[in-house]
Amino acid sequence: MSHVKFDLKGGLDRRAFLKTTALTGATAAVGLTAPAVLAQEPVTLRLAGTGVNAYNEIAEKAKADTGITIEYTTLVSDDVVRRAVTQPTSFDLLDTEYWMLKKIIPTGNILGMDTSRITNYDKIVPIFTKGELPDGTKVADQGTAPFEVSYLTEEGGEAFASEPTGFMTAIPTVYNADTLGIRPDLINRPIESWAELLNSEFAGKASILNIPSIGIMDAAMVAEATGEVEYGDKGNMTREEIDKTIDLMIAAKRDGQFRAFWKDFNESVNLMASGEVVIQSMWSPAVTAVRKQGIPCIYQPLKEGYRAWAAGLTVPTHVSGRTRDAAYEFVNWYLDGWVGAFLNRQGYYTAVLETAQANMSANEWDFWMEGGTADAPIVSPTGDELEPAGATRDGGSFWDRMGAVACWNAVMDEDRYMVRRWNEFIAA
Amino acid sequence: MQRAIATLQALPMAAVFAVFFLVPIALVVVVSFFDYQTYDILIPDFVLFNYTDVFSSQTTYRTYLSTLKFCLITWAITLVLGFTIAHFLAFTVKTLPVQLICFLICTIPFWTSNVIRMVSWIPFLGRNGLINQTLMSMGVIDEPIDWLLYSDFAVILGYVHLYTLFMIVPIFNSMVRIDKSLIEAASDQGATRWQILRNVTIPLAKPGIAIGSIFVLAIVMGDFITVTVLGGGQIPSIGKSIQTELSYLQFPPAAANAVVLLGITILMIIALIRIVDIRKEL
Repeated sequence: MSHVKFDLKGGLDRRAFLKTTALTGATAAVGLTAPAVLAQEPVTLRLAGTGVNAYNEIAEKAKADTGITIEYTTLVSDDVVRRAVTQPTSFDLLDTEYWMLKKIIPTGNILGMDTSRITNYDKIVPIFTKGELPDGTKVADQGTAPFEVSYLTEEGGEAFASEPTGFMTAIPTVYNADTLGIRPDLINRPIESWAELLNSEFAGKASILNIPSIGIMDAAMVAEATGEVEYGDKGNMTREEIDKTIDLMIAAKRDGQFRAFWKDFNESVNLMASGEVVIQSMWSPAVTAVRKQGIPCIYQPLKEGYRAWAAGLTVPTHVSGRTRDAAYEFVNWYLDGWVGAFLNRQGYYTAVLETAQANMSANEWDFWMEGGTADAPIVSPTGDELEPAGATRDGGSFWDRMGAVACWNAVMDEDRYMVRRWNEFIAA
Repeated sequence: MQRAIATLQALPMAAVFAVFFLVPIALVVVVSFFDYQTYDILIPDFVLFNYTDVFSSQTTYRTYLSTLKFCLITWAITLVLGFTIAHFLAFTVKTLPVQLICFLICTIPFWTSNVIRMVSWIPFLGRNGLINQTLMSMGVIDEPIDWLLYSDFAVILGYVHLYTLFMIVPIFNSMVRIDKSLIEAASDQGATRWQILRNVTIPLAKPGIAIGSIFVLAIVMGDFITVTVLGGGQIPSIGKSIQTELSYLQFPPAAANAVVLLGITILMIIALIRIVDIRKEL
């Protein structure tokens, strides 16, 4: 069942589950494996999220290791927020991106996670717990940096704490540093700056993603790089900064700079693979998906740095008793290494590095995390060859990439205004 | 008594109409005056800024202008196409079985979902699509033609492909009701084919034309899928901005936009009905 997804899409799709039958796939696949011996009746957890990490293989392995059945509900980002705000009882676990928490936490629908129940809590990368890299340097705080929304004042609280409190809003699971994807064969020259997205050389061949909280940050990286707009804080723009950014994008759009906008992972793969677009906002596994079709595509590191995002698991207020225990068991299992290795092999990063390393070969760890040259072919978790021996990862090592983060996906104080202006850009 | 029975008979339809049409519309109107916050999506209130936002934005006017442009172009093309095809089916094709077969052929595109019908244009029209590859290999063009996809052209093509049938069916329906002896009489009196068309067929097919026009105009006014898929998100439409607002949980402004759109569409339909009294003609 899981193979269907990879064959159809020809890649390790981060969002492919939105289109494919993740839920039926997961349950069908789970049915094939022998469940572990259980002391109690099996528990089913309904996991709602964007599908970035809603892999059937994870549900399958979770069932085998813990006996917990995972039912995925995969939604596009905006719908995850909508679901968490309006129908919190429709799921038992929420896979939320950190910027979404700013919209969800004030509703009181989220209970948060008691860190004393998380076995590997101490090993979570300090990006989430301290806002630092392991060498002590501060992580970029422009945008909704995970650390700013990592802790609740109390369990079930509706406000964020600025210091660790013992209650995390979400336990981090997966994160990455995003940049522009390019078609080197159609561009034929080095690309070094975000400003190139608006270069008239690529008129009618550029694209940007149409999810406002993410797209506005790409737009801001571009606007700042062109020198057209200066920001106090890109992640929390003033109305004037929003206006300048959107006006710049609208002007570019009217001049025919953009070929299309995309909202869905697969759209970005198709735009790039078909050559409609040669430079665009992209997500790491989408680049892999294009490459697996035999088409050259680079996840281009840029001198201004990356736009980062992170996601985590959390439980809604209505969950209690056995289900809640199972949720903690699942989250603990998630940080235990197998999933970490699985996600690292997709080009993502995982929250607990040590346990993941223990589950990866030295060659894999060197390629994905250290930025080293692959000694042997790099293989995806499903057995497809992703890179031949001798390849290196675009952007290099974990700390090179995460250390060069310039901003995070964001919800701003002027969110309502930003979304309205963004809508004008899309509709303009 | 008679009246009571008639009322009872009308009641089920009235109830369906009330529950599925009047109540939702009323709710939309009410919500359009609500306030909203990012995490508190419906704050009961009576505010006007959702409407002032709609009317004070340049984008609104530009978007309506663009949507109206698409409406007119699509309407004109589907009307000419629909009328011609219906005319052929009604008058040139003589026997009923052949008429039915031709009619079925017209509906073949509707055997798949309309999203699939639209998406299937993309590999055809794309920069490296079938048309461009063919033209380039024939040496007609050196550079691929960009305006085939993600353009006004693509969107109109999509609309025509999707909605011509909505024009064909009612016009055909009106035409088959035309008494053939009227046309024979006109012809016997020495009327040319053009005169018959202008003075007999078109006036008698008017209700069909009006109904087809209402279908096409109403659908194009509210469309957001075709403009997204074939316009690549580059082309404004009111339906799309409402959909965008909904997906960002901005329900009150979406409601206000929807009320304005509904008002404008109703005005267009009233204008049409003024020209052709559909009820009288049916």
